[in-house]
Amino acid sequence: MFDGITPQLLFGQILLGLINGSFYAMLSMGLAIIFGLMNVVNFAHGAQYMLGAFVAWLALTEFGLPYWGALLIAPVVVGLFGMVIERLFLRPLQSLDHLYGLLATYAVALIVEGLITRKYGSTGLPYDNPMPYGIRLGFMVLPAYRLWVVAFSLVICVGTWLAIEHTRLGAYLRAASERPHMVEAFGINVPRMITLTYGFGVGLAALSGVLAAPIYQVSPSMGSSALIVVFAVVVIGGMGSIAGAIASGYALGVVEGLTKAFYPSAANVVIFLFMILALFLRPSGLFASRDEVR
Amino acid sequence: MTSAPLAVPRDVAPVLLTVEQLHAWYAESHILHGISFDVREGELLTLIGRNGAGKTTTLKSIMGIVRKRKGSIRLGTTELIARRTYEIARQGIAYCPEERAIFSALSVRENLLLPPVLSDGGIPVEQLLQMFPNLQQRAASQGTKLSGGEQQMLAIGRILRTGARFLLLDEPSEGLAPVVVRQIGELILRLKREGFTILLVEQNLRFARKLADRHVVVENGKVVDILSAAELDADIGRVQSYLGV
Amino acid sequence: MAIRMLIAIACIAVALVAPFVIYPVLLMTILCFVIFACSFNLLLGYAGLLCFGHAMFFGGAAYIAGHILKTTSVSLEVAIAGGVLAAAALGAVIGWLAIRRRGIQFAMITLAFSQLIYFLLLQAPFTGGENGMQGIPRHQLLGLIDLRSNLSFYYFVLAVTAVAIFAFYRIVHSPFGEVLKAIRDNEARVESVGFDAEKFKLIAFTLSAGMAGLAGALKATVYQFATLTDVSWQVSGEVILMTLLGGLGTLAGPMFGAGIIVLMNDYLAGFGEWALIAQGCILLVVVVFFRRGFVGELSALTGYLLRRTRSRKEPSVPHQAIADEAA
Repeated sequence: MFDGITPQLLFGQILLGLINGSFYAMLSMGLAIIFGLMNVVNFAHGAQYMLGAFVAWLALTEFGLPYWGALLIAPVVVGLFGMVIERLFLRPLQSLDHLYGLLATYAVALIVEGLITRKYGSTGLPYDNPMPYGIRLGFMVLPAYRLWVVAFSLVICVGTWLAIEHTRLGAYLRAASERPHMVEAFGINVPRMITLTYGFGVGLAALSGVLAAPIYQVSPSMGSSALIVVFAVVVIGGMGSIAGAIASGYALGVVEGLTKAFYPSAANVVIFLFMILALFLRPSGLFASRDEVR
Repeated sequence: MTSAPLAVPRDVAPVLLTVEQLHAWYAESHILHGISFDVREGELLTLIGRNGAGKTTTLKSIMGIVRKRKGSIRLGTTELIARRTYEIARQGIAYCPEERAIFSALSVRENLLLPPVLSDGGIPVEQLLQMFPNLQQRAASQGTKLSGGEQQMLAIGRILRTGARFLLLDEPSEGLAPVVVRQIGELILRLKREGFTILLVEQNLRFARKLADRHVVVENGKVVDILSAAELDADIGRVQSYLGV
Repeated sequence: MAIRMLIAIACIAVALVAPFVIYPVLLMTILCFVIFACSFNLLLGYAGLLCFGHAMFFGGAAYIAGHILKTTSVSLEVAIAGGVLAAAALGAVIGWLAIRRRGIQFAMITLAFSQLIYFLLLQAPFTGGENGMQGIPRHQLLGLIDLRSNLSFYYFVLAVTAVAIFAFYRIVHSPFGEVLKAIRDNEARVESVGFDAEKFKLIAFTLSAGMAGLAGALKATVYQFATLTDVSWQVSGEVILMTLLGGLGTLAGPMFGAGIIVLMNDYLAGFGEWALIAQGCILLVVVVFFRRGFVGELSALTGYLLRRTRSRKEPSVPHQAIADEAA
């Protein structure tokens, strides 16, 4: 099991794990924000991540918009699309069992993935690396783009967390996640806040998609393969906890990367094993501060 | 709505809220069966009755938190029955629920600052913190770490920021020590003197008697009696029978 | 309820004649999914437990039954029973681990387990991995009856389905079923009366898993192969759709839903992704507008019409379309 593990390989796997972890962190953060406020597990999250990548690809091939522009445009476009979905399909279901909201998002995912596969085929589309050079760090040369992904995702995650925990707007979100009727009784238009928050979460997913495009290539199924893993991450971190989602995302990415190095056949399942373990040790997730009854 | 203390005697003050034939449902359960009463400007009206009579449901229906409603709830000339909760709040009505609803994810200060100021006349934060010195001391603590009495103060203080002049208070004295109950009572009297209109739900008749101008007795989702404070004093037994005392 | 008897008899008559009109394998697929959907309905519609990844019992049993048939010479019903027992055992274990949690956490645990099962089956040598398990022989029923023709096998599958539906009916209308429904509606109250809700839920979960296993084992013998798709999230999602489309918590709903979806998949099979897109659209419409499902809406409609003809004066109270937990 330990033969042929050089420091290079180890660090390479850790970096790979951090990269995957960056995506897990951003995606699970978006899911956690949406779940925290709306009690809906956004099954469309993977499809929205994929849409971000596709919008970037389309922007490049149809409009010549390079990566840096797509980084701004894609989240906005897909986020708006998300707000439309919320307004049309999720808001009417709000007062019902949250299973229905979940199923509605699953339905949207089916439709979106089906349509994209129909139009663009199921094989991956290439997206050029905007930073195709290396950066020397000590004894290793690391790909610049991948370092950028890790750094940028950290900024986004920490920034979002700070905004939620330390700003007035974040206070509204935290309060509405706890008692939406009460917040509305203070005169705040909570339905609109929900729509905007969903749009934000979707935008985060799309942003992740743009970041992913040069690494994983752009394919209609990229979302669904990531999504189930991200669910596991969110459950481990605590379903409404932002900090938990972020920390678990990075940690599990690294764990998965290391498992691939030492015990490759288990790499696919290690996160699920952790999820089952976490659900037994601490049912509300590792970071949740109160028992989630939902 | 006036923002100055009331100059007109309460029994001839204009009617602020008219509730007419209000029906309300929680899922399939029909809770309110045609509640009718009105609230005059500046008065303190209590809804009294047994557990489960429908008092809290009435407050929640006025506030729009109970969504399945039928009938009429008029604030002045504005019909509220079909409005959403935040629209109703913006009409200048504030709600303090039975469970106080302090947010555990927020500090005391954040709890206090959360409701936006919707109209003039809201009491500024500094003044509120002076009114409730305990809250000032614990400003950075997690909201739910406060004692029951402090949470009640916070819950009432919170809604005073908004500028609302019509307050719906649901059992503010519940579960509190007598000393604290007295403080709450004094606070409510002070608000009444300053011209707030208050709709108070209470099971504790002794507490309610000291504050109210009129009492509306609710039983099984219907109004069974309305008495003035004087009438109640004259014949306490009339109401005690409804309360099962 | 003479109407119901008539409808049931009509359905049986149609079922007996159908294979002469419609391709028997298609009919058998419908029947398998009818059983699968009934198992899911038992869990969600009657016990209130949402299991993501119910396909793990379906596909798992398919592989087990297939493996038994390929490596031994036991008669057909023994192999199928083997699949059922394996699925039930898996259900008991996973159920025991998962039942303590409620709602979305329970759903997520079951999802994790189904992913685990998927990857285990992917790597297990006996399944044939990505290629699937091919060439599953159809042994003789009871060691005597040759069912290799699809027409004769259809009647066997029909008989098994009828027994399964009957069993489902009996479970749901038994005292056990009533307790389950009570747990679905208000678990705390059931506990306070003295029932061990967890035990009931575990039994329901095991029964449901076994029934799903029956569907999977049958399907393996119908098609004579088992693939990873049978254990995939796609199939888990399909059974949710079927049950909702037909009507959660109704008896006939899942059968209707299974029929529609299987037929639709078959019709759209040549059109690639349109099957998925259509499924998504149907699910969306059902979830947002017709949560009671086809059968549920139909019975609500007939109930409404009956009430109107019975008493003209009394205004009919609109029935709230919620087949879910009370808010």
